[in-house]
Amino acid sequence: MSDLTSFELDKVRSILKREPTETELGIFTVMWSEHCSYKSSRLHLKKLPTRGARVLVGPGENAGIIDIGDGYAIAFKIESHNHPSFIEPFQGAATGVGGILRDIFTMGARPIAVLDALRFGPLDVPQNQRILEGVVSGIAHYGNCFGVPTVGGECVFEPCYNGNPLVNVFALGVFRHDEIFYGRASGVGNPVIYVGAKTGRDGIHGASMASAVFTEESKHKRPNVQVGDPFMEKLLLEACLEAMKTGAIVGIQDMGAAGLTCSTCEMGSRACTGVEIDLALVPQRETGMKPYEIMLSESQERMLIVAEKGREDEVFRVFHKWGLDAATIGRVTDDGMLRVKNHGVIAAEIPNRELADEAPLYDRPHGVAPFRPVGMDVPEFSSSDLTADLLTVMGSGDVCSKQWIWQQYDYMVRTNTIAGPLGSKNGGADAAIVRIKETGSSVAMSLDGNARYCVLSPREGTKLIVAECCRNLSTVGAMPVAATNNLNFGNPERPEIMAQLVESIEGLAEACAFFETPITGGNVSLYNETLGESIWPTPVVGIVGLLKTVAPVTIPFKEEGRTVVLLGGLGSSDEVRFGATQYAKTVLKDFWGLPPALDMDYEKRVQAAIREIVNGGFAESAHDLSDGGLAVALAESSLGGIGAAIELTTALRPELALFHEGPSRVLVSTAAAAEVERMAREHKVEALRLGVTMKESLRIENDSMTWIDCPVQKIREVWEHALENQLAARV
Amino acid sequence: MRFGVVVFPGSNCDHDAWFALTHNLGQQAEMIWHDSASLGNVDAVILPGGFAYGDYLRCGAIAKFSPVMGAVRKFADEGGLVLGICNGFQILVESGLLPGALLRNRDLKFVCREVKLRVETTNTPFTAAASRGQVLRVPVAHGEGCYFADEHTLDLLEREDRVVLRYLDNPNGSLRDIAGICNERRNVMGLMPHPERASDVLMGSADGRVILESMVQSLVAAS
Repeated sequence: MSDLTSFELDKVRSILKREPTETELGIFTVMWSEHCSYKSSRLHLKKLPTRGARVLVGPGENAGIIDIGDGYAIAFKIESHNHPSFIEPFQGAATGVGGILRDIFTMGARPIAVLDALRFGPLDVPQNQRILEGVVSGIAHYGNCFGVPTVGGECVFEPCYNGNPLVNVFALGVFRHDEIFYGRASGVGNPVIYVGAKTGRDGIHGASMASAVFTEESKHKRPNVQVGDPFMEKLLLEACLEAMKTGAIVGIQDMGAAGLTCSTCEMGSRACTGVEIDLALVPQRETGMKPYEIMLSESQERMLIVAEKGREDEVFRVFHKWGLDAATIGRVTDDGMLRVKNHGVIAAEIPNRELADEAPLYDRPHGVAPFRPVGMDVPEFSSSDLTADLLTVMGSGDVCSKQWIWQQYDYMVRTNTIAGPLGSKNGGADAAIVRIKETGSSVAMSLDGNARYCVLSPREGTKLIVAECCRNLSTVGAMPVAATNNLNFGNPERPEIMAQLVESIEGLAEACAFFETPITGGNVSLYNETLGESIWPTPVVGIVGLLKTVAPVTIPFKEEGRTVVLLGGLGSSDEVRFGATQYAKTVLKDFWGLPPALDMDYEKRVQAAIREIVNGGFAESAHDLSDGGLAVALAESSLGGIGAAIELTTALRPELALFHEGPSRVLVSTAAAAEVERMAREHKVEALRLGVTMKESLRIENDSMTWIDCPVQKIREVWEHALENQLAARV
Repeated sequence: MRFGVVVFPGSNCDHDAWFALTHNLGQQAEMIWHDSASLGNVDAVILPGGFAYGDYLRCGAIAKFSPVMGAVRKFADEGGLVLGICNGFQILVESGLLPGALLRNRDLKFVCREVKLRVETTNTPFTAAASRGQVLRVPVAHGEGCYFADEHTLDLLEREDRVVLRYLDNPNGSLRDIAGICNERRNVMGLMPHPERASDVLMGSADGRVILESMVQSLVAAS
């Protein structure tokens, strides 16, 4: 089986100077798949900023690494497991978590946080309920047993994800600078050691499957999905970190997509060496496996280690202590070749560098306008009951409480979670925060995507996402320092889809450069298309920020009688830029126009101001405005029981004033309004006094006209159980 | 005091317990590997949360056969203090050191959230520093925490004042809202909630400390 084009096959022949064997063909097919080689996106990914003062390791390794001071560093990355999660939601999502965790600990870091970005079709379709339940329990199964807290993320529903759910998992780990390991097969003559689970026939061609569109036949691809064993992964984690401490390990890489193939040739390529292995020595779970199958298996929980010659026993001792298989399967050579033998007979012989780094590179046509599903025409609308509208938005799938999801995740294990999901113990904050016990500092993380914005304008939408992530971090007082990204798009061979990808990458590059958050790694998932329907462009951005370890400033209002200040002001909007809002989606059930306008200079000043206000101790609560705009931010801040009496003076029509999603705004409650205003002034940012907090209800007036008046308890009821109710009302 | 924290290969709250004991309470603590047949020189033992051997079978069903559990049993028989948290509680029940069983949660899903616990008795070394009726905010995180025992056993537990903690907002369907129990001799306790996760206000609550502090006080009083 080969998915290579005739052009690619010719390239294989010219590299080998002969016809490839069956095994070699399989190896080229997976390594040159879209998933492993980024052949459609590589050209454009080069536009991304990747350097910065704190970047210790940028793209190209298993994860990016950032200096956090005090001799410590963090490794983090995001990866998708979209295709497997559609075919087999539980195992697909579970192994998605497993894969990204291995990317982190293969570098020597202990994983301390996971976040997920999930996308599903609407829950009134029974299949989408099944996929949601499977994905969530798969993530829970893997992360909980492994012992990493799942501290945040997001979950959004759109019809474009019918038949193509997205599961993007972000993981972050911590270690000392001198504990960093790389995936390099250095030192000619050094042994190549296989550790972890035995190799079976599962997941063969998973990487190729992830590089193709779905058709009616895709359901037969279940054997391509891997099966996860989180207990094995936990053992592997502890054994790897312990083995690294022996000093006997030279290089290490996990076997993820394309399994043994990818780990051998990438490790060799990075070190400019050759790797020779004999498959007869690979621990196998099944009998009679062919070289092709062993090389392409994506069995989970396996790692490849290059150890110092003569010190193999030190490595073996650790793995045997943890009850794991470890076997020397080959050695590092000086000829730059990946040489695969089976019982001494050569099954494949390919130059490492050409295989790993010289995959075809395509400049796919994109000289057309990006695909847009809707036009610019604004429909007529006029609300008769703004309070009812607020409740509609608060109870909608995207905005409602996700506690049904996060209560299934152990978000507290390791006792570092200072701020977890929205609605958890302290109410939650705009970003997840985990402390680093060793340093007295903490890491804040935000994961964000918005396909509604991006399908209307991939460039502006992606910039808005970066701005939102950085604003989330700033709202908890953290300084944004670095980013990772997961680009989920449709079929790049269609120019109007490729144009979405290119524009989105350019927007990402511009915003990440502007906000000084270099991209240290990421993932591209293309061909998210089922039966000819592409998903909307869904870039997901994960940004990390740093702050001192202190009690967090969370979302809920804390006390009555506090001044409510809107940092950044009411913002401006018009009907055209109202078409991608949650109000348009859930109340008007319509979609049009453009995403909100972003002024990056102003955004940056708002972020600087809120960081100063929060870190100065002047904010009792803080929450940025995003989905649902001002009204939803006020409602979410009231969920703890303290509401507010708000007096607006605006000429904007009520729907826009309350629900427009213009960026660069943060809601603060404070006992020191004058200080907040002074700091805002210093940053040339508007600070608008909106009203005061009060017991039990949320009232919003404009020029003495009551727009919204609702008991907080009622908002909470609608918001808290909306997701469970949708799932309970199954067909 | 010197605590021993047992480490099974799949324990994942071992470090949390160690950190709470050493950093939040200023006690000494050491890790005890699961294939060790001796506990060494410790004053009390903690069986931490996690998934001891993966728990793909029944939680704790394999752990009860581990060498360390032989040592824990002997330690308990000699009157030593043993606290089983979450997976540790499941292991104590499987090992027969505590009565009853822990079944899958009522709604068949893993549940992680803060719950309210009421201290039902202070007549244990694990709650001596608390007051009767005191309400503690402590997190739970488990898939199999629904406490079950036959009526006779439940009556016996209540009659002998061995229901140590009860849920005020039962998260898992435990019979009679039981969150934690002790043995007849009152030196072995198991509970599903995680006191080590509520030992530092930064984590949202320090209410769980009273359980660990009670152990320290009881040990000091006995020494």
